[in-house]
Amino acid sequence: MEHKHVISALVLHKPGVLQRISGLFTRRGFNIASITVGITENPEIARMTIVVKGDDKVLEQVIKQLNKLIDVIKVSDMDEKKTVQRELCLIKVYAPTESAKSQVIQYTNIFRGKIVDLSAETLTVEITGDEDKINAFIDLVRPLGIKEMARTGPTALMRGPKILKPKK
Amino acid sequence: MKGAEAIIKALEAEGVKILFGYPGGAMLPFYDALYESDLIHILTRHEQAAAHAADGFARASGEPGVCVSTSGPGATNLVTGIATAYADSSPVIALTGQVPTHLIGNDAFQEIDALGLFMPITKHNFQIQKPEDIPATFRAAFEIATTGRPGPVHIDLPKDVQEKEFDIEKYPIPATVDLPGYKPTTVGHPLQIKKAAKLIAEAERPVIIAGGGVNIANASEELIRLAELARIPVCTTLMGKGSFPEDHPLSLGMVGMHGTKAANYCVTESDVLIAIGCRFSDRITGDIKAFAPYAKIIHIDIDPAEIGKNVRVDVPIVGDAKIVLRDLIANLMRCEIKNKESWMERVNELKKASIPFMDYDDKPIKPQRIVKELMEALKEIDPNLKKTIITTDVGQNQMWVAHYFKVKNPRTFLSSGGLGTMGFGFPAAIGAKVAKPNYNVISITGDGGFLMNSQELATIKEYDIPIVICIFDNRTLGMVYQWQNLYYGKRQCEVHLGESPDFVKLAESYGIKGRRITEPGEIKEALLEAIKSNEPYLLDFVIDPAEALSMVPPGGRLTNIIQPVREEPKIRRACFEDIKNVRAEVKE
Repeated sequence: MEHKHVISALVLHKPGVLQRISGLFTRRGFNIASITVGITENPEIARMTIVVKGDDKVLEQVIKQLNKLIDVIKVSDMDEKKTVQRELCLIKVYAPTESAKSQVIQYTNIFRGKIVDLSAETLTVEITGDEDKINAFIDLVRPLGIKEMARTGPTALMRGPKILKPKK
Repeated sequence: MKGAEAIIKALEAEGVKILFGYPGGAMLPFYDALYESDLIHILTRHEQAAAHAADGFARASGEPGVCVSTSGPGATNLVTGIATAYADSSPVIALTGQVPTHLIGNDAFQEIDALGLFMPITKHNFQIQKPEDIPATFRAAFEIATTGRPGPVHIDLPKDVQEKEFDIEKYPIPATVDLPGYKPTTVGHPLQIKKAAKLIAEAERPVIIAGGGVNIANASEELIRLAELARIPVCTTLMGKGSFPEDHPLSLGMVGMHGTKAANYCVTESDVLIAIGCRFSDRITGDIKAFAPYAKIIHIDIDPAEIGKNVRVDVPIVGDAKIVLRDLIANLMRCEIKNKESWMERVNELKKASIPFMDYDDKPIKPQRIVKELMEALKEIDPNLKKTIITTDVGQNQMWVAHYFKVKNPRTFLSSGGLGTMGFGFPAAIGAKVAKPNYNVISITGDGGFLMNSQELATIKEYDIPIVICIFDNRTLGMVYQWQNLYYGKRQCEVHLGESPDFVKLAESYGIKGRRITEPGEIKEALLEAIKSNEPYLLDFVIDPAEALSMVPPGGRLTNIIQPVREEPKIRRACFEDIKNVRAEVKE
């Protein structure tokens, strides 16, 4: 059964690591849906959140192969129910008229987004949330005309006090 | 101290005494520093051969082999050799020169993204940005290459990093390596080992598959003890050859596509299969669904990613084969081991049916006879084959030797298993002979594979490295010929190598003795003369091009062994006249 899996990986924060990881995915035929990278509380360590699609066997291999990389410190399959997941999306919506603009502002308020830029013809909305929420917002403004959009893909942390720790 | 001198210091600190390489612009500071050092550098005639030689050195000795090239084309020439080492988990350190750091990314002369190039074919790689990083990086590189599942490690060395002065006192070689993401598990989980021991003790029809990992872990003694203790027949993969003496009563020979009948049937009929240091490649399993269908599988491997990758596993044990086997034997000593008389009867019956006929008197010579006489000749010189190393190339020559030559000792049969690299055997023999100067090193090769690195004749002449090269010469890419016969309607497309060169004259042109053997009666005498001469020697055995091997079709069941049939081929071949005709039609 194909599932979406969110994998969290702590990696050394240095050049070439992203290339190693993306290269591994290509070479092994694993399909990355999205990948986000950013620094952690420790400046030498970055966290990658990788969304892959595949069955349990694929997931097991992905994790094992990631673990093999010398620059990868810790890898974990994140149980969606026990995880906080957020994604950032910027959407430039076509809104040349006052009524269109007020409609977008209204939608943005309901979704607790932010208007971050404005022009005569467009409004740019910043929205964060889980994948479904962002999809819902996109569906809502699509009829108005989406000029441009950028999504980060989800980033995630485990709920509660549990953390991803390097092996001793 | 200059960076280049620090590199030499770092190599010396790791116990390196011999390197294989080829200089060039971006590596000149290193070669200049080498002038002053005690390191012995062997100048091969191609970087690919330097990588294979370093690999052969590592496989024969268990110590890391080191190869060196310049940037750009030097680095790309190393690639095949390093990929070969990676596929067979061989600890090789590859040093490449790189353009100065300020030119990186500018498409400078002889620049290539060596870091990106070697990334997927090494266990890990580095590009050193400042000389201060040299001591720690080299220590880490050797640690990574030689521990856990060994593998090649590449270090890219920009020219300015090699030239720059720095205070090495402030950046000493670290005593310990701390890589937060690298902690190989060597000791197997005690509960899993206990489970495995219980399964083995209760097994009625157990079989062991020993892979290359047993050789790498130097776990042969433990493997023999385990097999004898519980009376388990042992087959090996190509890479596992030598890990279990093939003249042992419990030996089944090689398993898989070119495996023996005994091995393939025993694995299929087994109820418990113990795989040690083997990655269940498609060449071993054939049809996964029909592979060991009645067996509970115990898989011992140091690389967790190998477990469950290709076949289902009932008892996974991650750890070093030597340590795990010791623990397993200790556990097994406490168990009551089931009687296996009927299994032994079956095994012996299958083994009897597996004895190959090798006494051919045919002309052209049959390769089986060469292998038989090679064993006999070597045993006359070295009865227990303790000091004999055979390297093979890739193709039919490899499989004839793998199938028929009874290897007795670990690290004495070297072959490119995973990548299947033609051109490997001869330069690997150079590395093996350098690693073990007192051993008889025989390079078995096909004519096709030999021509891929035949320029190394110059190297063995120049350094006077006494290797015996045995060419199984059929003027054909034999394995491709066989597959085209079997699977492509006998349509032979571009597999005939023609009558040139005259290998004896080729050897002589390098100042090396050569001899052509066409009579079956001359084989042994020629081999003895060559080995005893203790100098580089080339033997050109003219063999039957139509001789083929029995095999399991790719993806087939292991028990579906098909026997070769001699068939009249349909040959496709062009000559320059045809080329001229084709070009004449093109308007001037």
